[in-house]
Amino acid sequence: MSVAEFSNRSVGTRQNADILKSEERRENQAFLGLSTPAVLLILIVVFLPIFWLSSLSFFNAAGEASTENYARIFNSALYRRTFVVTFQISIAVTVICVLLGYPLCYWLTRLPDRRAGILMVFVLVPFWTSVLVRTYAWLVLLQRNGIINSSLMSIGIIDEPLQLAHNLTGSIIGMVHIMLPFLILPLYATMRSIDTDLVRAAVGLGSTPRGAFWRVFLPMSLPGLFAGIVLVFILSLGFFVTPALLGGGRVQMLAQRIESTITVYANWGAASALGVVLLFLALAMIWLMHRVFGLDKLFMR
Amino acid sequence: MSATQSLPIDISNLCKSYGSVKALDDVSLNIPAGEFLTLLGPSGSGKTTLLMALAGFVRPDCGSIRFGGQEMIATPPHQRGLGMVFQSYALFPFMTVAENVAYPLKIRGVSKSDQSTQAERALDTVQLGGFGDRRITQLSGGQRQRVALARAMVFEPQIILMDEPLSALDKKLREHMQIELKALHHKLDATVVYVTHDQREALTMSDRIAVVNHGRIEQVETPERLYRQPSSFFVADFVGESVSLPVDVAGNTAQLAGRVLKSDLPIAPGGGHRLVIRPELLEVTPGAVPEAANDLSGEVHEIIYQGDSVLVIVNHDSAGEINVRVPANRAGQMGLPSKCERIGLSLHPQDTIIVPDHAS
Repeated sequence: MSVAEFSNRSVGTRQNADILKSEERRENQAFLGLSTPAVLLILIVVFLPIFWLSSLSFFNAAGEASTENYARIFNSALYRRTFVVTFQISIAVTVICVLLGYPLCYWLTRLPDRRAGILMVFVLVPFWTSVLVRTYAWLVLLQRNGIINSSLMSIGIIDEPLQLAHNLTGSIIGMVHIMLPFLILPLYATMRSIDTDLVRAAVGLGSTPRGAFWRVFLPMSLPGLFAGIVLVFILSLGFFVTPALLGGGRVQMLAQRIESTITVYANWGAASALGVVLLFLALAMIWLMHRVFGLDKLFMR
Repeated sequence: MSATQSLPIDISNLCKSYGSVKALDDVSLNIPAGEFLTLLGPSGSGKTTLLMALAGFVRPDCGSIRFGGQEMIATPPHQRGLGMVFQSYALFPFMTVAENVAYPLKIRGVSKSDQSTQAERALDTVQLGGFGDRRITQLSGGQRQRVALARAMVFEPQIILMDEPLSALDKKLREHMQIELKALHHKLDATVVYVTHDQREALTMSDRIAVVNHGRIEQVETPERLYRQPSSFFVADFVGESVSLPVDVAGNTAQLAGRVLKSDLPIAPGGGHRLVIRPELLEVTPGAVPEAANDLSGEVHEIIYQGDSVLVIVNHDSAGEINVRVPANRAGQMGLPSKCERIGLSLHPQDTIIVPDHAS
């Protein structure tokens, strides 16, 4: 019996197993190595500051460890009011975005690819423009002697200028405009991926076109809609620029409260406590929406 | 399982253009009640457009579609009462198997309990009894296909339309489902219009086949007659395997390279006639070719083993290359000459197919 024959027989089915295993290990290490810089960067630039800032919230103005920053948030009527307003605005913005965005997306999906692509540019160009620029543009349009008021008055529809800016209305109009793409993009992507044969099948099997929409198209579009709703709502919770400029100081959302706590009162502890609460509220909302809408349940993947 | 009678379909002078392309060019076709009719054609031939016009998803430019004598041309699709099976199955992914099958019943206001018993019965018919609670994503391609079938027939439609329903399945499963679908058609009392580009599938399943090309129906025939007596070169070429040689036709006689071809089949008028040779219809003749048959002897160019049969490529003495298929059994191989040797080939007049390439 030769040596080659012997080794063949003894290794048998496990031939080259060690080499293949170490190859696999080497490959995995290469991928790990590639992702390390990004992981480190996120750790240093994102998580460390968050931890440091959050830790500030557990110290009072005198620098002693205490929970008074949190106690104040829950006891002060002013802070409670801020939270209520923040949620009201975020919900209003989300609802309006859905009412505007869903029909728009539905219409876009029914257009031929080329035309829909061109129209999507009109959604995307504002999306790429600075939030500050867009907010000032709205201020120009909405203010007391702005374009909207002056044209409405010249036509004679109104006698007095409408109070469109420097209040809740202005904040919501501006925020809806800025948030709309966040709803449209995931929703449109989902709607585009819906097999048109599904709607045809529903109609072919006896549904009215309207029935096919409610029974088939709408359920199929829900994952995209929920993704958009979560995005818009969470982003709205912490939104700053637009309510600060278009609210004219009369609308105080959470992010503005944080800013004024730092710049006006120089109270880092209190501001940081607000930030922590906002972060946890956002996480809680994501979790809640996930539970309520139960996307995984819907598709049982 | 059907309580209702199937309906005949009468299509007359149907036309539809997309720009300058005529997707349907004056199509007329009568499908008797209960027939399994296949629309067969290459992609872009208009067969799917015709099916979608029947379903109501494509609005024709002119013409008439009648189901059981009733004009349907302007009826919206959801009021046509058709069962439909799509190429992509089009099952609703967020519903269970039972909910999918019960969908047409739910739309028709059938009570909840009747929905589930009828859906279960339909699933039994396609051999998926007990699968009702499964998710669509848990099913294999073949099982999805059966669910789509069950959903299309659960409400006992008088007409069922199928758009290449088997094309996404692998070969073995597809052939199995062809037989099953045919059996199912016998059980259901429904007129079936079936679209496919697979000529073998069409031959296997259909009562009659309508060959569609350039928006026109070239020929409507039973599978056997379509195969044995194609009316045009397109049909002969598209259905089944064949090689063809140009022939000269004058009156009722055809000549191949100067020799008269004996044919028992009628020669359709037109231009550019060709002799269509089905490889399995040629006979290998060791001795002299009998006087009654056509002599197509030549020299063996290549012998290709294909498992179930052997394909012999022969250089005909004067007309060109022809293919002969002989069974791969011992009898078939006996007396088969080897490469570069002469081979005697005869074609019976009943198998001598001569078709025009284009109408005159």
